[in-house]
Amino acid sequence: MLTDEFDPMKGEMLRVMDEEGNVDPSLMPKLSDDVLLKAYRNMLLTRMADDKAVKLQRQGRLGAYPPSKGQEASQLGPAMALKEGDWLVWAFREMGALLWKGAPLQTLYLYWMGNELGNVYPDGARITPAVVPVGSQIPHAVGIAYASKLRGEKDVTLAYFGDGATSEGEFHEGLNFAGVFHTPNVFVCQNNQFAISTRREKQSASASLAQKAIAYGFPGILVDGNDVLAMYAAAKEAVDRARKGKGPTLIESFTYRMSDHTTSDDWRKYRSKEEVAEWERKDPLKRFKAYLIAQSILEDDELLVKEMTEIVEKAAAEAEAVPAPSRSDVFAHTYAEMPPYLKGQLGGGGK
Amino acid sequence: MMMNMVQAINSALAMEMERDPSVVVLGEDVGVDGGVFRVTEGLVDKYGEARVIDTPLAESGITGMAIGMAFNGLRPVAEIQFMGFSYLTLNQMINHAARMRNRTRGRITVPMVLRMPYGAGVKALEHHSESTEALYAQIPGLKVIVPSTPLEAKGLLTSAIRDPDPVIFLEPTRSYRMLKEEVPDGEYLVPLGKARTVQEGDDVTVVGWGAMIPLIQRAVANLQASVEIIDLRTISPMDSETVVESVKRTGRAVVVHEAPRSFGPGAEIASRIYEGAILKLEAPVERVTAPDITVPLSKGEDHYYVNEQMIRDGIERTLRF
Ligand SMILES: Cc1ncc(C[n+]2csc(CCOP(=O)(O)OP(=O)(O)O)c2C)c(N)n1
Ligand SMILES: [Mg+2]
Repeated sequence: MLTDEFDPMKGEMLRVMDEEGNVDPSLMPKLSDDVLLKAYRNMLLTRMADDKAVKLQRQGRLGAYPPSKGQEASQLGPAMALKEGDWLVWAFREMGALLWKGAPLQTLYLYWMGNELGNVYPDGARITPAVVPVGSQIPHAVGIAYASKLRGEKDVTLAYFGDGATSEGEFHEGLNFAGVFHTPNVFVCQNNQFAISTRREKQSASASLAQKAIAYGFPGILVDGNDVLAMYAAAKEAVDRARKGKGPTLIESFTYRMSDHTTSDDWRKYRSKEEVAEWERKDPLKRFKAYLIAQSILEDDELLVKEMTEIVEKAAAEAEAVPAPSRSDVFAHTYAEMPPYLKGQLGGGGK
Repeated sequence: MMMNMVQAINSALAMEMERDPSVVVLGEDVGVDGGVFRVTEGLVDKYGEARVIDTPLAESGITGMAIGMAFNGLRPVAEIQFMGFSYLTLNQMINHAARMRNRTRGRITVPMVLRMPYGAGVKALEHHSESTEALYAQIPGLKVIVPSTPLEAKGLLTSAIRDPDPVIFLEPTRSYRMLKEEVPDGEYLVPLGKARTVQEGDDVTVVGWGAMIPLIQRAVANLQASVEIIDLRTISPMDSETVVESVKRTGRAVVVHEAPRSFGPGAEIASRIYEGAILKLEAPVERVTAPDITVPLSKGEDHYYVNEQMIRDGIERTLRF
């Protein structure tokens, strides 16, 4: 068990692939070349789609947007461990995970463009909508998992949240419930070192966030979040554990937000260029690409970049072509049945 | 100095921190970052990390800690990043801050301010456009203030910080950088609980607050009718005298708020007008508000937000009644 081998209380961190893309064979998870290539495609698409979103925002074609840059591996690894019937509960910075789980890119763009249809995923996708109130989705994940367990289904619920979210009461309440009810949950804390301007050290005096699991009575593991193989390996073990009825796991992904908190933010106010450059060296895409090339799984990604550019442009155009909600759209879903006075307001009667 | 509302609030905070060492500022990103709207910009450099406190991300914790600070001689000004996240403070504000004076028969009090940006009209992200002042206004023991201009913001916040009771200070996001006006660099106070007559008139009284005030001013600028505009400033405890006296003269009233209609402050104001001026009324009190729906995301926001035409239509209806 990786959770036995890597003790968060001792600061031990799981890493399969180093910064140059060299892999420790004893830790390498079982993944076919096809899946490895698909993983790289996802990370590249996420990087490029993210960049496009920022550009669209700058042109006034998309609203405030929280970039994923630097967290592609951290997002993707856990999602790769899911089966179709498993649930994905996200916060707002997990584009890569959603794309893997089957959310169309144009739908994700649509949400950030300010259209409620951006919360509508393909039928049966088992993805909850974006959650802006930090940490509030964590208890939902426990409830979803409880419902699966109650019906004797083997589905697992994976929840993402940030380092900042661990300070909210709902993090404590959610993880405590998961421990008590022994629910099939995997919690992934994307520790990107910041909550807006607030550094991880100011968020919690705990040496690691992974170690918080111990207090809730289940395993926690600290993982190099820029190593997609390690993120997958830790999550695969956790998902299997949950599916076997052996309870929840907390995974702390140690990563870095390479870009601004959102397009409204300016990271230069609270961190140095040197610090960011240091993490650019650890770029999750670079190291995975180096590994794939060394293994002859990938030759070069020039063609892929071209292909992804087309996908991104097409998705952006499709999202922009969706009409804004009509007046009746914004009224229609307030209740299952519209109260008479609301019909009056919709009609513009003003009463 | 010419200031926008962000600068005016910053100036009030700086003045009060300078004047009174017991004033502290706490919240998410209020230190190095100067707050996500830059309202607390520069304060940490002047007053240090012990008095300008970057907290972990926890609204209930921020509020509960501020309450404890107030128990023990400090005057905390806590920032909640957006009103949509202030619901996590309700347990602390309602069960503790609002009632401590009463529970201890005045022995323990909570002189604190809970500041937050509020309101729609800026096409922001989900949960960043709320206008739920009525939630707080219904709680006895809490004061609820909404400034409408930079000058007002400086004066009202200064009074709020010095007030002996807990104050919810709601800053209209839409007005933060909308307008600059002359604001004194030095001390400037506007009393809490007193409405302001923005413009005198004889035909109809229009009551509003916050971001609605400039909207009302623009809406009535070219009307034939003589319109009296009242900026309520304090939602609770409400200055109904100013409103009722005005309506007694004009005989007609329109209340404008950006919160949804049902159970909104407009209902309370209308009630007080009926209680105080029923025999002088020439028309029912008109309410111009948002509809009773969830604030739409940015693409649908215009279906929600009060506009000038709606205000003119409301005035028209009362005049024609
Ligand atoms: C309850 C709540 N408080 C404040 C905010 C404003 N806010 C948005 S994101 C954020 C920081 C979140 O940090 P973290 O959980 O580490 O996630 P990250 O943004 O780094 O992905 C804050 C304070 C919010 N959305 N919800
Ligand atoms: Mg973070």
